[in-house]
Amino acid sequence: MKVFLFSLVTFIAVSCKDRADSYLHEGKAVSTAIPVFNVGNVSVDSFVNSWDLDIRPDGAGLPPGEATPLIGQPVFEQKCATCHGATGREGPMNVLVSTDTTATAVKGIGNYWPYATTLFDYIRRAMPYQSPGSLSNDEVYALTAWLLFQNKLINDTFKLNRISLPDIEMPARKNFIKDDRTGGPVIR
Amino acid sequence: MGNRKTISRRSLLTGSAIAAGLALVRTATGQWVNALVPEKIPLDPTKQLGAPQGKMGTRSTFEKLEKIPSDTSSRTPLHLLQGTITPSDLHFERNHGGVPAIDPNQYRLLIHGMVDKPKVFTLEDLKRLPSFSRIAFLECSGNFRTGKEELTPQQICGLTSQSEWSGVLLSTLFREVGIRPGASWFLAEGSDAAVMTRSIPMEKALKDGILALGQNGEALRPEQGYPARLFLPGWEGNTSVKWIRRIEVSDQPFMTREETSRYTEKVNGKIRQFSFDMDARSIITFPTYPVSIEKGWIEIRGIAWSGRGKVIRVDISTDAGKKWQPAMLQEPVLDKAHAYFRYFWKWDGNSTEIASRVLDETGYLQPTIGQLINARGKDMGGYHLNPITFWQVKKDGRILLRPQNWK
Repeated sequence: MKVFLFSLVTFIAVSCKDRADSYLHEGKAVSTAIPVFNVGNVSVDSFVNSWDLDIRPDGAGLPPGEATPLIGQPVFEQKCATCHGATGREGPMNVLVSTDTTATAVKGIGNYWPYATTLFDYIRRAMPYQSPGSLSNDEVYALTAWLLFQNKLINDTFKLNRISLPDIEMPARKNFIKDDRTGGPVIR
Repeated sequence: MGNRKTISRRSLLTGSAIAAGLALVRTATGQWVNALVPEKIPLDPTKQLGAPQGKMGTRSTFEKLEKIPSDTSSRTPLHLLQGTITPSDLHFERNHGGVPAIDPNQYRLLIHGMVDKPKVFTLEDLKRLPSFSRIAFLECSGNFRTGKEELTPQQICGLTSQSEWSGVLLSTLFREVGIRPGASWFLAEGSDAAVMTRSIPMEKALKDGILALGQNGEALRPEQGYPARLFLPGWEGNTSVKWIRRIEVSDQPFMTREETSRYTEKVNGKIRQFSFDMDARSIITFPTYPVSIEKGWIEIRGIAWSGRGKVIRVDISTDAGKKWQPAMLQEPVLDKAHAYFRYFWKWDGNSTEIASRVLDETGYLQPTIGQLINARGKDMGGYHLNPITFWQVKKDGRILLRPQNWK
């Protein structure tokens, strides 16, 4: 066993440029072959069940439930309006409703958010600011529907659920581009 | 004074001094001393035995170093620091749901998704893995303020700090779970009230990502992610998710709120996303507002850094950007780290402007605000702004920021 372990950690004299894990060994920069330590517990189910709440753009992770926009209106007025204004436009915190597409328009869901699924994910994990994670799935569907309706992305009878939410077209999505900065002499 | 070895501050305060609220008071021997210091400061420290050794070091009570907190962040006093390491208690903060209180014994890190062996790690597990350390800066991508002359480097760009970060390389950690073929991104999730999430390319993790447990020789401060955070050298600070509790490996980004509606920027009518790298930047930290200078030799000094590699050169202009001369760089100049520069200048008493600009090893030369506007449009967003900062030198020696407004 001792011999085996030693062979695993034998220094490999390779060029260490761009290697994060280089060390000095007898004056030379070398990388080590790091063994697998086999630490950590493989019983993960309880953690996955309580923590894995993220929603992907394809809808993966969305729970059962359904709501139409008007169900969300009283929830918004009760739990969100203090920070975001009576209609989601007034603040004082982030403006949520904005469909103005002119260059200087304030950023809102209608003119800036590229995926509708992000709304469900974020409201459920982080809102309301003073009592995060306190909303039921039905309340989150209702608030998501109300905000999408206010941003003119769905009509007032739209049934929002795990099937319909990922298909909602977000107008800002076509504006998103990958980072084109690369370093070098060109300023981007 | 007779043979008294110390002066009690209270005993020195005369009635008139208290009434006037004076900071300076006169001792019995006629010396003026500051009343706003601890009691028992000896007049001559060589004539009195000093304090005993202690369990913790302390900052001199004469040193008033503070961050500037706002609702969303807290800024490092760059112009009051020496060298390149930021004291841990002065490292900038940007939190999205406050600073959580976490019991290290209850702490768990879950890694799941596209891995061979999903696992839960305790802090003890993580400490058993090979430990790695490096010195690097961490900067928020929303690190630019301007608009008035009376701004300090702390107010302009105090959302950058530097530490020695220690922990487990993500490449080491991922070897413990086995990354499946096709895995290209992972979600990093914090255990703060915002349950902060960012999607990170696997390529960055395997290149130089760290699961940091330590900062400047001790455990992370709560404000910096205690007991564990992501640290991605050279990348916008928001990606280095603090208080990390979950990593989900995937074949696509998750499009979280922070990487879609925040931390993206308008560029020529488009919206730039996943703009991870921090472009090169420099700032003069002396002489700057609020100090004043006198005629004669001045050491212009400051820090320069690049998220893309090493600083190659820093140039200084003392004539408002017409001519530039190279500054001296303090060794060692480290990869993705603040480097210290200095330049000797004999001020003749005339009004002018001084500025610094950095060249990094990719050949990127720090731009002016005008170059950024030309490249990104006048409606460009507020992230990743790294323009050359010009300081006005007034005839009376005052140093004021030259505001750079474009909207």
